[in-house]
Amino acid sequence: MFDPTVARLTYRGLLGRRRVFLLSGLPLLLLVIAALVRATVGADDAVTANLLTGFGVATMVPLIGVIAGTGAIAPEIEDGSVLYLLAKPLKRPTIIVSKLIVAIGVSVVFTAVPMLLAGFVLNGNSGQLAVAFAVASALASVAYSALFLLLGTVTRHAVVIGLVYALIWEALVGSVVPGARVLSVQQWGLSLAERIAADGTGVSSSVGPVAGVVLLVVVTVLGGWFAGRKLRTLSPQAGEA
Amino acid sequence: MNTPNTPPDARAAGTGAPAGVAPGTGDSAASIHDIGYRNYTGRRLGGGYILRSLLVQTLRGVYGLGRSAKSKVLPMCLFAVMVLPAAIVVAVTVVTEASDLPLSQSEYVLTMQPVIGIFLAAAAPQAISLDLRHRTTPLYFSRPLERSEYVTAKYGALAAALFVFTAVPAVVLYAGALLAKLDFADQTGNFALGLVMCALFSVLHAGIAAAIAAHTPRRGFGVAGVIVAFTVPYFLVSALQGIAWDQDALGVTGWIGLASPGSLMDGIQATFLGGGSTFPGGRTPPLGEGAVYLLLTAALIAGSYFLLLRRYRKAGL
Repeated sequence: MFDPTVARLTYRGLLGRRRVFLLSGLPLLLLVIAALVRATVGADDAVTANLLTGFGVATMVPLIGVIAGTGAIAPEIEDGSVLYLLAKPLKRPTIIVSKLIVAIGVSVVFTAVPMLLAGFVLNGNSGQLAVAFAVASALASVAYSALFLLLGTVTRHAVVIGLVYALIWEALVGSVVPGARVLSVQQWGLSLAERIAADGTGVSSSVGPVAGVVLLVVVTVLGGWFAGRKLRTLSPQAGEA
Repeated sequence: MNTPNTPPDARAAGTGAPAGVAPGTGDSAASIHDIGYRNYTGRRLGGGYILRSLLVQTLRGVYGLGRSAKSKVLPMCLFAVMVLPAAIVVAVTVVTEASDLPLSQSEYVLTMQPVIGIFLAAAAPQAISLDLRHRTTPLYFSRPLERSEYVTAKYGALAAALFVFTAVPAVVLYAGALLAKLDFADQTGNFALGLVMCALFSVLHAGIAAAIAAHTPRRGFGVAGVIVAFTVPYFLVSALQGIAWDQDALGVTGWIGLASPGSLMDGIQATFLGGGSTFPGGRTPPLGEGAVYLLLTAALIAGSYFLLLRRYRKAGL
């Protein structure tokens, strides 16, 4: 189910050239802001939770998910080179699983590690906040990767739709409209952060940890499975008309 | 404005030479054989005409006019999403018989920023990156079209498209306010300020989006770049302002607001255009800070224009 060559190609496509700047820009920004806030405000649990939720989980994690998830497959479909990959004697689900694993790996590394570092910079992991947010963003990254990989196989406008979903739904609707929160990857990830973090640190989620993890697993598996199905019947189209 | 190079009859009347012989060379041996093709004797339209055509063409293209039905779906849907809430606001005002619109035109623009961001992210790469992708820019520059004229046409078209996008709901709000028999002078003043806001908003945002879109031939990168450039700083500013508010450091929120185009517009409309700011605590930046906001906006507009000019300096691209 895992093909090292496909994985290597995907990995090089993801971290090649300009994408690596795009991927590392946001985590660097988070760390810089964290350092600035620590220097001016000092260690404070509420501020830490506020910043890591508002900028970290609501903005950075979905964006990295979009870049890694769609970047793993969408460019190949767009420029038609996916045909050469599909022509190899590999099962389509194998291709998807390999690409998904790479996308998950890349997005987890680029979200969980900076979140952990930012957490330590901001308040030295007091109240287990750094660990909590690192776990939350790692889990959310897994689901986002599967979701956006699926999106990459379904539509040629994967990046646009993914960004709209990530920024409008997750960051705006998911933070404001109470009912929509239950259907937001961000909240599922935060459910575990709420469990890990000490009480009274201001980390809250609208779903329970068990439900959150179950939903994350369901979305990831379904997304991967459906992307595999989709790749079977993929008909490459010409470029933008 | 576009004087013809040669008036239609000048040649024939002047020398009596057969059409096709370049004027001035007479009938020496160095003449081109006249094999009977007709010359173009119409008006020669210069760069100004191309600029206007390119502007109109781009403006229409942004809304999908003159393109396939599929290209019309996204801009038209977004346009509907942009205008509908204005109609709802008007309906609520009429039904509740309120004495004023629940939110002014300039506040409306700021509220609808996510929709505007998506519209611009779809429009700018379509209008600008695709010329690079399909290598049509050298064709444009092989015409009597200056680099600055190309940039002006593209930038202007994008800004105009965005102005239409933001000003139509403002007109809807104004019309609704008049229909609800709100105070005429009040509403007209607000409307005028709202239009100023729309214009400033359009020019600033179109400039940033155009500068980003011009630096990549890939549509996907352009879209992602534009959305990220507008939203990430905005969320960052909101998060930092929230922290400053928690720390009772209200004075800092104004300076933090300089860091994103959205909050920049917010500060300007709060200071100069009589709207309420969405900064924490509803704080209005004082006049001094407001001037810095204006200066930075002007610098950003000029900066994106010069960035565009510099981008097209190399003809090969």
